[in-house]
Amino acid sequence: MASISLKNVVKSYGIGKTANKVIHGVNAEIGDGEFVVIVGPSGCGKSTLLRMVAGLEEITGGEISINNRVVNDLEPSERDIAMVFQNYALYPHMSVFENMAYGLKIARVPLDEIKSRVDKAAKILELGPYLLRKPRELSGGQRQRVAMGRAIVRQPQVFLFDEPLSNLDAKLRAHTRLEIQKLHRELGITSLFVTHDQVEAMTLAQRMIVMNGGVMEQFGTPEEVYTRPATTFVATFIGSPPMNLLKNAPGGKPGTIVGIRPEHLDIASDGWALTVDAVEMLGAERLVYGRWSHGAGDELVTIRTDEGQSVPALGSEIHVNPRADRLHAFDASTGKRL
Amino acid sequence: MVERRPVLTVFTHIVLILGVLVIAFPLYLTFVASTHTTQEIMQAPMPLLPGSHFFQNYMDAWNGTGAGAGSKAPVARMMMVSLISALIISLGKISISLLSAFAIVYFRFPYRNFVFWSIFVTLMLPVEVRIGPTYKVVADFGMLDSYAGLTIPLIASATATFLFRQFFLTVPEELVEAARMDGAGPMRFFKDILLPLSMTSIAALFVIQFIYGWNQYLWPLLVTTNENMYPVVIGIKRMISGGDSEMQWNVVMATAMLAMIPPALVVILMQKWFVKGLVDTEK
Repeated sequence: MASISLKNVVKSYGIGKTANKVIHGVNAEIGDGEFVVIVGPSGCGKSTLLRMVAGLEEITGGEISINNRVVNDLEPSERDIAMVFQNYALYPHMSVFENMAYGLKIARVPLDEIKSRVDKAAKILELGPYLLRKPRELSGGQRQRVAMGRAIVRQPQVFLFDEPLSNLDAKLRAHTRLEIQKLHRELGITSLFVTHDQVEAMTLAQRMIVMNGGVMEQFGTPEEVYTRPATTFVATFIGSPPMNLLKNAPGGKPGTIVGIRPEHLDIASDGWALTVDAVEMLGAERLVYGRWSHGAGDELVTIRTDEGQSVPALGSEIHVNPRADRLHAFDASTGKRL
Repeated sequence: MVERRPVLTVFTHIVLILGVLVIAFPLYLTFVASTHTTQEIMQAPMPLLPGSHFFQNYMDAWNGTGAGAGSKAPVARMMMVSLISALIISLGKISISLLSAFAIVYFRFPYRNFVFWSIFVTLMLPVEVRIGPTYKVVADFGMLDSYAGLTIPLIASATATFLFRQFFLTVPEELVEAARMDGAGPMRFFKDILLPLSMTSIAALFVIQFIYGWNQYLWPLLVTTNENMYPVVIGIKRMISGGDSEMQWNVVMATAMLAMIPPALVVILMQKWFVKGLVDTEK
């Protein structure tokens, strides 16, 4: 068990004036046994940040410590961590057993100890019947479990996951998500999990770090991130369909942006007048795209309604009322929450 | 092809059979010649069917007891020399190329690219071009008429280094990282992961380099003067003394047949390995 602490962590590639800064000073304290998800669009630096914790990327500036021990200059194998890679990175010529045992073999763990640890991990992950198979004889989900098994047998202080679910199909992904949660409950090991998928982030995280452009935009529980997004970026990145951001909303002050989630707009007999542009049926819900015309131009507003409600005709005018307690206000120039 | 056209099938078979005949006929003639007496071969239309002196000729060649004018070194000894040098050359080439490719791909050192390109450039330089200086060096080291002299100058190989480099570049980066997480040092990674994964390339290179080593002609011709150190290919050359003396073509042909066996065996035996390796390849 361990805590992870990131202090003003900076990463740049190249040196001098041509240096390309990709992580702009990230500060975060991750508690013992916590499950933290780093989420953001591609290229936001989330994987780089994870790889810096893993020791696969050098740390340009700042300090990373695991369990109060600064690990900046330690080899990955000395950091007492285990990592699950996106492509699993199983050794193709080794059997499942050898794959899981390799790290222990190098660490000169006695053979019977290796056996008992691998057997235990195989039992947790239901890999027992496959121990003698080669990775290519396994399905994607099984390979994924072997990769997790390899991490578990090392009994590390910290688990690092680098988009481990993105190569699985949707059904398996949901299943594996539950398994990872179960695993975390059982083992209670501090985990850092990188993903670009907000559903994964929301469901797995105890707390989540939302990143954009190498900057940590928000660090909080999924509920905080959803109900009180710190910036306009977080507001649009988390939640699908994204939050409506209106520059000229009725009642908004100049210089501010008003945010309202599609599910917090109710269609009523009076209120803002919108022209219906499109309607999408998603099964349990229906999305209505309305155009809000005002002096300075048009703004698009998405409204989420239940499937039971009547379908507005295209081109017709509807009236909506925002729930007053669910309005968000952001500074128009900085994008920060007011 | 899914097409079913009898005429085309017949035609392709004719072409194939003709091709086989063109390639196989000289081999067949060699074999026929190695089973007759010298006199029989010297007749104007050479016999086209195997004769009765098969064992006699091959025993003569094997033991060096043929009564010819040229060299009479026993083929048994020469085959041994050939085998040892071909093995040293092929195994030496593979190990040196593996290590240099490993260094070039996985280590960041100054002038890495320069090193790679200077290795690569030697590809353009055939042995014949540098044969004079190489001979001088080998002679000054007193390596003439020795296995060292026969093999060392031929061991360094840009081709094999390049091939392994290309292969190493296809090994996923994540595998290297996983090994680092598992605590494997560079040589451990090389031994436990890179080497097993390269087995197919190694097998392919072994076949090619073994034949290359076995068929060396020019270089052994220069550095061997002692019958005891003749590779079999040189032995054949030395048997043909030239001049007006009577040539024991039957023994020469028997030697040629014998000289063909080991490379053929290597190809046939390693072929299974290839197929196994190819089937085993991880996508």
